[in-house]
Amino acid sequence: MDFALNEEQRRAQEMVRDFASKEIAPTIAEWDRRQEMNPAILPRMAELGILGINIPVRYGGQGFDYLTLALVCEELERVDTTLRVIISVHMGLNSMGVFQWGTEEQKQMFLVPQARGERYAAFCLTEPGAGSDVAAMTSTARRDGNDYILNGEKMWISLATKAHHFLVFAKTDPQATPAHAGITAFMVTNEMPGVTTRDLHGKLGVRAGSTGWVKLDDVRVPASHRIGEEDEGFKIAMSCIDNGRYTVAAGAVGLIRACLEESVKYAHERSTFGVEIGKHQLIQQKIAYMQQWYESARLLVMKAGWLKNVGQRNTRETSLAKWYATDCSVKAALEAVQLYGAYGFSDEYPVERYLRNAKGGVIYEGTSEIHQLIQADYALGYREDKPLRCELPAYNEDAWLEEADLVPA
Amino acid sequence: MHVVVITKATPDDNATVRVDPQGVVTWGDKLVLNPWDEYAVTEAVLLQERYGARTTVLTLGNEAHDEALKKSLAIGIQQAARIWDPALEKHDSLQHSQAMAAAIRKLGDVDLVLFGKEFTDTANDQHIYMLGRQLGWNVVGSMLKLLQVDPTAGTLRLERMLEQGIQTVSTRLPAVVSLFDDINEPRYPSFVNIRKASRAAISIWDAAELDLALEPPAVEVLEYLNLPERVGNVEMIEGDTPSAKAQALVQKLMEAKLL
Ligand SMILES: Cc1cc2nc3c(=O)[nH]c(=O)nc-3n(C[C@H](O)[C@H](O)[C@H](O)COP(=O)(O)OP(=O)(O)OC[C@H]3O[C@@H](n4cnc5c(N)ncnc54)[C@H](O)[C@@H]3O)c2cc1C
Repeated sequence: MDFALNEEQRRAQEMVRDFASKEIAPTIAEWDRRQEMNPAILPRMAELGILGINIPVRYGGQGFDYLTLALVCEELERVDTTLRVIISVHMGLNSMGVFQWGTEEQKQMFLVPQARGERYAAFCLTEPGAGSDVAAMTSTARRDGNDYILNGEKMWISLATKAHHFLVFAKTDPQATPAHAGITAFMVTNEMPGVTTRDLHGKLGVRAGSTGWVKLDDVRVPASHRIGEEDEGFKIAMSCIDNGRYTVAAGAVGLIRACLEESVKYAHERSTFGVEIGKHQLIQQKIAYMQQWYESARLLVMKAGWLKNVGQRNTRETSLAKWYATDCSVKAALEAVQLYGAYGFSDEYPVERYLRNAKGGVIYEGTSEIHQLIQADYALGYREDKPLRCELPAYNEDAWLEEADLVPA
Repeated sequence: MHVVVITKATPDDNATVRVDPQGVVTWGDKLVLNPWDEYAVTEAVLLQERYGARTTVLTLGNEAHDEALKKSLAIGIQQAARIWDPALEKHDSLQHSQAMAAAIRKLGDVDLVLFGKEFTDTANDQHIYMLGRQLGWNVVGSMLKLLQVDPTAGTLRLERMLEQGIQTVSTRLPAVVSLFDDINEPRYPSFVNIRKASRAAISIWDAAELDLALEPPAVEVLEYLNLPERVGNVEMIEGDTPSAKAQALVQKLMEAKLL
């Protein structure tokens, strides 16, 4: 067993760390207060290649492996959750879904511009009345000649007002039993007539990011934009989520690290009763737990990443990593706020933002409750994974670095 | 045009450097590309992009210094070489410049040698001027802005930062130039170059390969000492208005005979 990162992974990690700490960290508190996304972020992440990190070079990406994707997420969320959310939806939930399920033509049409960062991508599953219970969705897609007509409203959509490509799930067969058997996936673009998007404000966390709704009114979508077969959408959504969850888990590891590092710093700075607070055993306990949560969550993420690299199904392991890492990030942030005392209660210091942001992680991409059900079902033998028609390609260094003539931008 | 950057790996800016009672120095947990040289490397990469310059990065030292070379390659420098020979174990600035001059002669067609302002670990910059002397080339320090390279005329126009202000000068090439941090925004490594760097072969040149006849170093490091502990008192100046606070501050400074 080898826990060492290779040189490329280390340098990629360091590069993203430098970017986030030099270009984002100095102003993030201000953007969070304004509840707006810094407009420089997406173009800059695109320019640096971060938006295509683990997509093969022949599809416009950088050709790094799935472990590097986790390292990138950790570094991004070390600075702010909103940066990692970008990767979760653009890469985990959308681009990797196209990479797994798209036809060659669809990869050229959608994946290439997404991996190059020319087009930003989002994922539209949740509706006002359907979150955990995906099959309760009411959005519909009606076939009309060579097109589909989509109607419905998608809610809580990250990058709603920033993305060009939306992977939308809608019912082609609203009467299907079981209900999830009638769902189909489509790539909807923001230029299509009938698409309206708006951001939500007043959120508890991820305030420096974009979260909003996407409304579809008789949107005409060519059949060539259908990802996968008709009625295959539920399986596609779930496998996209296997990748989204992985990025959320890896990001949560970064959030725990943020709590730990800021807490260690403050424990040395602040004195009470004549000693720095790090000398008090109850403060030490908080630090010790943060260290434990960081290391253990990270190991679970790396295990899931390794499974992805070798091409093995990892729904179970990824769910466990996501549940555990995000739960630990909430605990770590609570402890960090406590350790900072009144200063933790103020936005002069970053830890209150960590707490507000951490709370999102235990809600999106499967609430902690849903992950508990999943884990119990696996353990009890109520659930097992069947092979998919299209599996996520394993990492293959040579193939992923192969050059190809890309369609000009 | 062939541009060479000369660098080394130095302790991270945030590292705590400690000397133990036996006099052994711990330079922090990792070595990084000398921070000043991030600007020199970036400037060389800009010349590569703007004028099609060829770029090389050189260092002198053991394999710990590969980090500086690899990072330079990851930012975009095309090739790297490291000079190493046991005879250089305790090299001083003069030996450094002799070895570098030999390496530059070996490369043959170098037009411009770039240095960051200094090496941060020793705060040394004399090797820069010594190298110019060894090669018999012009040396220009404190470059703030590279205005123009004229490869056919073989000249370089640049701005220098002086205490009195900014000076524009022109020099013949080949030349040795050291630069300031205001010159550019250092580049991050790119993913493509990170991959190239991890696969790059670094040439290692020893004294024989460089035809170097080394004399014992003229400067010898006798010992390292820890910095004296910093002591200071903090006193908050009280006052109802800003001007009352200023008054009180002036009073204190006068009492302490600082004004
Ligand atoms: C910041 C943010 C960004 C988001 N981004 C996206 C996005 O980009 N795309 C997208 O499609 N969605 C997105 N979502 C939506 C998110 O995935 C859903 O909020 C999530 O799936 C939960 O659904 P819900 O909010 O409808 O809660 P509900 O499903 O209504 O759940 C309510 C409560 O009941 C619990 N519960 C539900 N079912 C059970 C059960 N069977 N047993 C026990 N407890 C249960 C839940 O755990 C929860 O505590 C985002 C959400 C947030 C907050």
